[in-house]
Amino acid sequence: MDLSAINPILLLASLMVAATPILLAAIGELVVERAGVLNLGVEGMMITGAVCGFIATITLGSSVLGFAGAALGGALLALVFGILTQVLLSNQVATGLALTLFGLGLAALLGQGYIGIKAPVIPKWPVPVLSDIPVIGPILFNHDPVVYLGILIVAAVWFFLSFTRAGLILRAVGENHDAAHALGYHVIRVRLLAIMFGGACAGLGGAYLSLVRVPQWTEGLTAGAGWIALAIVVFASWRPWRLLLGAYLFGGVTVLQLNLQAAGLAVPVAYLSMAPYLATILVLVMMRAGRAPGSLAQPFHASR
Amino acid sequence: MTTPLLRLSGLTKAYPGVVANQDVSFDVQAGEIHALLGENGAGKSTLVKTIYGLVKPDAGQMALQGAPFVPAEPRAARAAGVAMVFQHFSLFDAMNVAENIALGMENPPPQREIAARVRQVSDQYGLPLDPSRIVGELSAGERQRVEIVRCLLQDPKLLIMDEPTSVLTPQEVAILFETLRRLRAAGTAILYISHKLEEIRALCDAATVLRLGRVVGTCDPRATSAREMAELMVGSSLHVPHKAARPEGDVILTLQGLSAKAPHRFGTALREIDLTVRRGEILGIGGVAGNGQDELVAALSGEIRTARDMVQFDGQGIGHLAPNARRHLGLLAAPEERMGHAAAPDMSLTENALLTAAVRQHLTARGFVRWGKARAFAGSVIAAFDVRTPGAGNTARSLSGGNLQKFVIGREIMQAPALLVVNQPTWGVDASAAAAIRQALLDLAAKGAAVICISQDLDELMEISDRFAALNGGRLSDPRPAQGLNVEQIGLMLGGAHDMEVAHVDA
Repeated sequence: MDLSAINPILLLASLMVAATPILLAAIGELVVERAGVLNLGVEGMMITGAVCGFIATITLGSSVLGFAGAALGGALLALVFGILTQVLLSNQVATGLALTLFGLGLAALLGQGYIGIKAPVIPKWPVPVLSDIPVIGPILFNHDPVVYLGILIVAAVWFFLSFTRAGLILRAVGENHDAAHALGYHVIRVRLLAIMFGGACAGLGGAYLSLVRVPQWTEGLTAGAGWIALAIVVFASWRPWRLLLGAYLFGGVTVLQLNLQAAGLAVPVAYLSMAPYLATILVLVMMRAGRAPGSLAQPFHASR
Repeated sequence: MTTPLLRLSGLTKAYPGVVANQDVSFDVQAGEIHALLGENGAGKSTLVKTIYGLVKPDAGQMALQGAPFVPAEPRAARAAGVAMVFQHFSLFDAMNVAENIALGMENPPPQREIAARVRQVSDQYGLPLDPSRIVGELSAGERQRVEIVRCLLQDPKLLIMDEPTSVLTPQEVAILFETLRRLRAAGTAILYISHKLEEIRALCDAATVLRLGRVVGTCDPRATSAREMAELMVGSSLHVPHKAARPEGDVILTLQGLSAKAPHRFGTALREIDLTVRRGEILGIGGVAGNGQDELVAALSGEIRTARDMVQFDGQGIGHLAPNARRHLGLLAAPEERMGHAAAPDMSLTENALLTAAVRQHLTARGFVRWGKARAFAGSVIAAFDVRTPGAGNTARSLSGGNLQKFVIGREIMQAPALLVVNQPTWGVDASAAAAIRQALLDLAAKGAAVICISQDLDELMEISDRFAALNGGRLSDPRPAQGLNVEQIGLMLGGAHDMEVAHVDA
């Protein structure tokens, strides 16, 4: 085994890349849950976004349009969930699980003609000046634009929830939907918008896998990333910056185990592959989760 | 005659199966405290929701200061100068006071400015509030202050208050009234809903009485007796509970240094409670909500277990026993929260009867449910307590609050307990149903059972109890004979008004 083959700067830089898909999906789900909705269909929305993004990139020949298509696909699938649970009052847990299964099947169907094609490379965008700083530069400021976008979205969500009136209303709807309704806020409208935002973010996360990380389309390429995103939302106590931390922890362990595999560590590969999931579960158990939004996963009907 | 501030004419609203309001017309003048009276289900809530823009009427008009008033949603009503304090507080526990206030305002200023204005308004009306406190940690009185300040910040022309005093101590009520009179003097009209007729007599200038959705009368509450108003509401003469003289029985329950940790974060710990209760006696326990009422009921019913000898029933230590074992011995309890605690909302009345009565009424045999017997028992509760429902197969949720309360209390009384513990037996229940429940408790005691009645309604406690004690911060005061206690003494026993002060700025 040769641990010296592991370059810590490269490791940390690739940690940010590895964490981005989960980060994107999780920040979307965080907003959904803060609005009081539990959407367990993150995995399904991610993989739908992955395939939509891939198809859009290949057919339209633009990565930007690809990511836009991924966001649109994820949001549309989420809207199905939103209409079922918010308008038709179906059970959120069952509908979310169904959405995951449906999304996996739908993505496999849509992606049939695209297996084996390679996605165009997305160039890195080194931040001028900052990327020249030794050590920190290559770790933080030499990535593709989507990595920056992920962090920007986290910051924007934090700002939105903490400092804007719309964010306050969204939290109010998630905290006590009956009181919010009594004060005249449109609970279902707010929730549908949140659900679609969540779907769009999950779609972006999925597209990052199919366009940057892999980068090609294969069935089941999300491999449980959506579930990890759901877990990280709880681990982060529904707070954006802690969510960033959680995503980097998972991404870090993922990258580390890949590096250890490459370095030939004398531990069976199966155990190493387990490590990121085990680490996430362990942290979830050790961290005391914060208080969930008061109306989380409860159905809302104006007459009750 | 001047234009009234608010004129309602011919308001009608029907829901499938019920007409909530039919042809309701009356005026509210500026600078008037106008009482809206009626039993549960008389249509008061629908009416105020219509004024606040939450309900669209099927027919009829409203006019505010002479101009047509058709609020499409609460925002429009708020913009027009109508504010409302809800019966079930419309607050968000996890948010702070300033955020809660911002949510109830149309164009809220930045948080910092809200904090400053909250301080200003609370000074002006003697309603101290810290804008940065988390609402979940406030007492019921403080939570109501948040709602009131939220309304006052918008300079309302009309303030609607739905049952504002049900959770307050007498001192807090006095301070609230002082605030309301001050508002009246400033020209604000107040539409005031309450079951407490004596309060209305003390406070209001005019009253409109609703029965079954129609206006059945108006009166000047200052010149009408509480009994006359109650009879207007009910439409027949009111039954006043009759308290018979009872011989003093032997001791049935002894609490010795009963202490228990708070069961959850917002709970209250019980501290060193000593108490004896005799057969045939009704012990009334007063106290502001959140001073250990729920925990005391739980410790008596067996939901919280303690050391064996802290709770002694008929000379036997039972502090370690679970609820069903206590039921077997004859100790029954009816908790405060009807939906979800005393009754499972989506189960039928038969199933709900089974849940607490299976032990004493032998409704199960060898692990199987005896449905016939269970139905018969539920039916007998419904008949004996005049529970208005199509049948025992209906869900608990489908009953109105008063009817479900009659069922929940009746279910325990029909099991012939040796000791019955009830918490808030008539909370949110209309006058005639409340009188029936109180009479049933008195009858139970006359038959030789002991009753512990925990309530925030002091009039109720004075009406039925033989002895009175107060809970304050998880401690129980020494019980005193209820006869001869006056409001001041009771207020002192309750621990007085919680950090409230009377308004002190000249309006």
